[in-house]
Amino acid sequence: MRSLLRRDLWLAVRAGGGFGLGLAFFLLVAVIVPLGVGPEPATLAKIAPGILWVGALLSCLLSLDRIFALDFEDGSLDLLATSPMPMEAVVAIKSLAHWLVTGLPLVAVSPVLGLLLNLAPEGYIWLIVSLALGTPALSVIGAFGAALTVGLKRGGLLLSLLVLPLYMPTLIFGAEVVKRGAQGLAVGTPLALLAAITAGSLALLPFAAAAAIRVNLR
Amino acid sequence: MNMRVQDLTVARGGVAVLEGVSFELGARRALILRGPNGIGKTTLLRTLAGLQPAVAGRIDVEPDAVAYAAHADGIKAVLSVRENLAFWANAYGGRDVGAALTAMNLDDLAERRAANLSAGQKRRLGLARLLVTGRKVWMMDEPTVSLDTASVALFAGVVRAHLAAGGSALIATHIDLGIEAEVLDLAPFKARAPVAGGQMGAFDEAFE
Amino acid sequence: MSIWEYANPKRFMQTSGVLLPWVTGASLICLLVGLIWGFFFTPDADKFGSTVKIIYLHVPSAMMSISAWMMMLVASLIWLIRRHHVSALSAKAAAPVGLTFTVIGLVTGAIWGEPMWGTWWAWDPRLTSFLILALFYLGYLALWEAVEDKDTAADLTSVLCIVGSVFAFLSRYAVLFWNQGLHQGASLSMDKKEHVSDVYWLPLVVCIAGFVLLFVTLVLLRTRTEIRLRRLAALTTRERLA
Repeated sequence: MRSLLRRDLWLAVRAGGGFGLGLAFFLLVAVIVPLGVGPEPATLAKIAPGILWVGALLSCLLSLDRIFALDFEDGSLDLLATSPMPMEAVVAIKSLAHWLVTGLPLVAVSPVLGLLLNLAPEGYIWLIVSLALGTPALSVIGAFGAALTVGLKRGGLLLSLLVLPLYMPTLIFGAEVVKRGAQGLAVGTPLALLAAITAGSLALLPFAAAAAIRVNLR
Repeated sequence: MNMRVQDLTVARGGVAVLEGVSFELGARRALILRGPNGIGKTTLLRTLAGLQPAVAGRIDVEPDAVAYAAHADGIKAVLSVRENLAFWANAYGGRDVGAALTAMNLDDLAERRAANLSAGQKRRLGLARLLVTGRKVWMMDEPTVSLDTASVALFAGVVRAHLAAGGSALIATHIDLGIEAEVLDLAPFKARAPVAGGQMGAFDEAFE
Repeated sequence: MSIWEYANPKRFMQTSGVLLPWVTGASLICLLVGLIWGFFFTPDADKFGSTVKIIYLHVPSAMMSISAWMMMLVASLIWLIRRHHVSALSAKAAAPVGLTFTVIGLVTGAIWGEPMWGTWWAWDPRLTSFLILALFYLGYLALWEAVEDKDTAADLTSVLCIVGSVFAFLSRYAVLFWNQGLHQGASLSMDKKEHVSDVYWLPLVVCIAGFVLLFVTLVLLRTRTEIRLRRLAALTTRERLA
């Protein structure tokens, strides 16, 4: 299983696109929003937590269809399904790989983008904590959506339609953590709820996703 | 006995394509599946490999005995030949890839990126995967597609060695591999139309 | 005889065929009585004027939009566990009906909100939850449309419905947390006396019954259509094979 993780990471790094695209998109969101809403520092500071979370979520969404589609097209998914690795583990590892190449870099650059959007100083730590805690949920929920649409020809758009509603609780609690953190309020409750969503998704969704993949390979 | 199939019915897209398929595959034996295009060879192999459920019948096979080689080889273009093979070797419990590379005459290509392989070389890499699985029953779907004569002979030798070591092989192919094997013609098992008494689709049935 | 016998398509067609005219009639009567009573024979409220009477459309459709999803969830579970085709098809049949109820709930809410709160739309938790529910319905329907093989589609949508239910539930509470809203509290709970007087309550109950029956009618009707479609597909396939 470690070999699958290593392979997926290698593929993402060597094939390119995996890292770069999501990050570039995140950056673009942070640049485009001030251009749209105007440069007033107070306005930007007010909307920064939400924009950063929405940006991270959309960047995550961008690369979701690659989680299984590439392996489906070249036949690897069939071979993985007949290999000794349980499909649930394959899903979990592939979500982890997706998080490592998409979610983790987003967490790392988010303070810089916070700077661009004039995030209040108290907010930075909570921005990093909430993204670090929430993006794994985005990856695994996304893997579930990707598993549902893996056999479809025009799955990309449908994938967004399926996954975005599922992202809402994560987004709400994640952005709430940053918003409260930036205002210097207590963040315990939304942070705990965010962690609960991540833990629950990680524990249960691989099973649902594996079931969906088995149906799709049939 | 490595595999026994009794009265198997398989379906594609909800429509039965083959019915009443029965055969036994012992150790050191190979079975060649023949039949016109579209008869359901791939469907049968996918069902036997456990990728799709059988409509009816029994498949008896030891757990963890089957290795399946599909039409597509599942090769990653950006990985080298050795890396591609090492991944599957790891997935199946960490066998040495060196012997498999040698057996399929891939030693000289081992460090080359799979993107730069010819179709035939890719196919050889795909078949080398069977060697690193360490499984007893090899199921292969048109394994010789895009192989040249020399490679077919090489592959036949590999299969012969596998059989000699107590394995078995189930091969869907049109060409003569030069392996001593029984031939199972699938044409007689073509599923009858429902009006002629054949199996009906699950939904169909409910209305009769 | 077990209840599962109704899961046989033929049996279902017979029974639903007999049932359908009665349910249709009952729902029409309930709706006519409830709506006319509600609209014309209840007094205007002190504060709200006659605008309050939109509850006779708003409340039942909002209730049914959630109930429809619940019904889809149960039907999906039955399909996954017992593989009864009628169950999967009834879930498919209920989705557009549920979506329509959700949209009616949202639109009547907007129409009512304008005079009440002075705005067509507010990011009130309940409004937001229903908007999210509408999105879940859309995704569910889109997945049904996108997958070609019908049994595969049934499996995938059932899994989506189950996972979606959990996340829809989470969204509901996330949204409550996110914004404490304008909506009056549980005005229709069992302790109705504290909130709504009998004059308004009784016609509302009739309306709700009418909407439930309307939902049953539409789902029966659409399930019958789906069964016929599947049967047609089966016959076409058989023709091709013969």
